[in-house]
Amino acid sequence: MINHHPPLELLFDYATGSLPEPVALAVASHASMCSDCRKQVDAVESLGGALLSSIEPEEVSKDALRSVMARLDEPEVGAIRCAAAKDRETTEVAPEPLLPYLGRGLAHLAWRGVGRKFDEVHLNLAAKGFKASLMRLKPGAEMPSHTHVGTEYTLVLAGGYKDNGEQYGRGDFALKDSSHEHRPIVDTDEPCLCLVVLDAPVKLTGAMGRLMNPFLRV
Amino acid sequence: MDNDHLSNLIVTIANAGDRKAFADLFKHFAPRLKAFAVRQGVGSTTAEELMQESMLSVWRKAHTFDPKRATASTWVFTILRNKRIDMLRRENRPDVDIEDVPERASDASSADEDYQTRQTRDLLRHAMDELPADQVEVLQKAFFEDKSHSVVAEELNLPLGTVKSRIRLALSRMRAALPESQI
Repeated sequence: MINHHPPLELLFDYATGSLPEPVALAVASHASMCSDCRKQVDAVESLGGALLSSIEPEEVSKDALRSVMARLDEPEVGAIRCAAAKDRETTEVAPEPLLPYLGRGLAHLAWRGVGRKFDEVHLNLAAKGFKASLMRLKPGAEMPSHTHVGTEYTLVLAGGYKDNGEQYGRGDFALKDSSHEHRPIVDTDEPCLCLVVLDAPVKLTGAMGRLMNPFLRV
Repeated sequence: MDNDHLSNLIVTIANAGDRKAFADLFKHFAPRLKAFAVRQGVGSTTAEELMQESMLSVWRKAHTFDPKRATASTWVFTILRNKRIDMLRRENRPDVDIEDVPERASDASSADEDYQTRQTRDLLRHAMDELPADQVEVLQKAFFEDKSHSVVAEELNLPLGTVKSRIRLALSRMRAALPESQI
């Protein structure tokens, strides 16, 4: 049961195509697991479809059809990265939109231990000012208390955690900005795997501080 | 060409790799895709390129089209949206895999589902016509000018809350215009 969803405007901006790639990844991944949000996205995409079908057509170049037809048999590049990530564990845990970013199975990613609390792997996204990573928090791990200068988008992929009395599990989407100080605690027996997107450095409010700040550990 | 026929063309491409069906689909969508891209503010040359890349993607991704979930126009819109973002070098936009969404009891196919899909486009168009101008303005900025809520608010010199509420209103009107299972 998914209890925490992206706000409607985020779903809307995703559907029109105005979100930056890392945030779009988090929203698309959530929507692929949540039929309610998928329906919201569908509704906005339907608006786009209605706009497309009612638009005044524009003349295309004379050889457009011929040049596209000539390329129909060209191999597609992106599909290969997806195929490489399709082992059983990965397909069960990672939502489809995430697969092209992994390029291999979850177990074979370049995980890096950060203190004793979690492992992390950076996702290769080029968007400026953003950082996207997978974090695998150990059972019982308490993250240092922190707030954000910008916004943190978290999507839980496995396990779960408790934060300010709220429970988060697979599929839950959390959006935190400078108005929230939070301190998630993993409360499942299995590790908690999250997709985390940050659009500005985390501001640590606790003593454990600097070591844990993802922007200081590039 | 009605949406039903367009859907059938996409399904034929998926099932049989039919080039004739692709040419027919191209005739309908290529000029609209180009016009949409032009409306979004890219130059004519880029719009042409974007159209061609999108049509190539239509051919490659035809197998992911599910006529029960989306009209042909809506599906093609999402292809253009993704291609445009690729082109703007925001890299590969993640797309939602429809098969990944858990089925709900109410999603189980019913006899009139196809009929409802057929009605969707007309209903949406009608609902768009009925929207108050201030809501349409916000929607068009969002779609054609690729503006996020906060940028739309800034440009229209409106509080962010007003933009949000106009979008919410527009969406709820669109939802009200659609049959339950389409939303």
